[in-house]
Amino acid sequence: MLRLAAAVAAKDIRLELRSKTALLSALVFVALVLVVFNFARDPTSVTAADLAPSVLWVTFAFGGTVALTRSFTIEREHSALDGMLLAPVSRSSIFLGKYLANLAFVGLVEAVTLPLVVLFFNVDLGHALAGIILVAVLATLGFVAIGTIFSAMVVKTRFAELMLPVLLLPFMVPPLMAAAQATTRLLGGRPLSELLGWLRLLGLYDIVFVSLSLLVFPAVVDE
Amino acid sequence: MSADFAAARSIIRRGAWVTGLALAGLAGVYVMALQYTPIEARQGLAQKIFYIHAPAAWSALLSFSLVGLAGGLYLLLKDPRVDRFAACSAEVGVAFSAVMLTTGPIWGKPIWGTWWTWDSRLTLTLFLFLLFVGYLVLRAALHDREERARFSAVVGIMGLVLVPFIHLSVYLFRTLHPRPILMKPSAPSMPPEMLRTLLTSFGIATLLFIGFVTMRYGIALAHDLAEAHADD
Repeated sequence: MLRLAAAVAAKDIRLELRSKTALLSALVFVALVLVVFNFARDPTSVTAADLAPSVLWVTFAFGGTVALTRSFTIEREHSALDGMLLAPVSRSSIFLGKYLANLAFVGLVEAVTLPLVVLFFNVDLGHALAGIILVAVLATLGFVAIGTIFSAMVVKTRFAELMLPVLLLPFMVPPLMAAAQATTRLLGGRPLSELLGWLRLLGLYDIVFVSLSLLVFPAVVDE
Repeated sequence: MSADFAAARSIIRRGAWVTGLALAGLAGVYVMALQYTPIEARQGLAQKIFYIHAPAAWSALLSFSLVGLAGGLYLLLKDPRVDRFAACSAEVGVAFSAVMLTTGPIWGKPIWGTWWTWDSRLTLTLFLFLLFVGYLVLRAALHDREERARFSAVVGIMGLVLVPFIHLSVYLFRTLHPRPILMKPSAPSMPPEMLRTLLTSFGIATLLFIGFVTMRYGIALAHDLAEAHADD
């Protein structure tokens, strides 16, 4: 099952590396969001460092949504999804493959966003880097699973690019809130005990929603 | 065919009766709230809105939970009636949450001194409301009936699972919202008159929910029948 999932993911990644359209536009998009953020704040009243955690997570959310939309739009052309469903591959493998590819995309977008935030907002990551990466991984695992499911559904509608954020953003709120809170504490050098609650929430969210997505995926693709 | 329509009409009529009864009960709750319950010592008259706000919140949560449960049931049974019920319940839930989201700020202005705060429960209830608006938008955007039912079932289940996370984060995030008064391990901390009025209002809100959903279900049934009739 994992081997097949890896094949599905490799297919998506190869496809993206050949065209690079979605990836490049997502990367330019997050850079633009960050620039807009910088001009939207009043530098005399809010310091960049105070704003950085929320800017980071809002940008992750937007960039992630943009990156997720492409997941199933590429399958819509020439009914590629039907072909994949006809292949002797289990539904779980298809979901896992799509999920892994999406994780790779969103992860890459985040990996580009983080240094840009450091650059634009003059954040001193220092000792907090490992913690922030852990928080980012935990937060991303959950919402990308839900995004994969929703992406498969919204391509059947005419306004896929608009429907995805409408459905997905409410689900992003708990992990985003937890991650932003944890990041603030990490940057402030607070003791680990203060963010343990948030990390537990993130972990629980991942376990619940990844398993649930795996469970409901057949209902989304099977006619 | 006309027998089916007659059945739909009788469902609507039954729903209208329940709704009428519930509306009369609602008037009773207003009277109870104004005449029977004592005036809260610190909040004064503003606290009276609680007898509308809390039951509306209850009905909203009830309907959203039912949408989730119906979603699970639909994926098991594939019965279009379950899907129709879920759609009606979601619509009624959006209406009740609109009541909750408007009465809340009206209370908040005199008591908290602000219409809206980015308190976690407010924020997350707002997002739950938006999620179900999204649910209805998704339904409207899909035309294949069977596909629409499956997709909305999935969103409904996901939404139901999201609710405990909302409650979890309430306890983690610094909050201005009143702590639970009724549903807590120790005895409810309010005078018996208030408790009685509140419980009555919860009952009335539930009845109103049943009335609305029944009526809406009848209308949806008639709509589906008319659509099937047009296709023939």
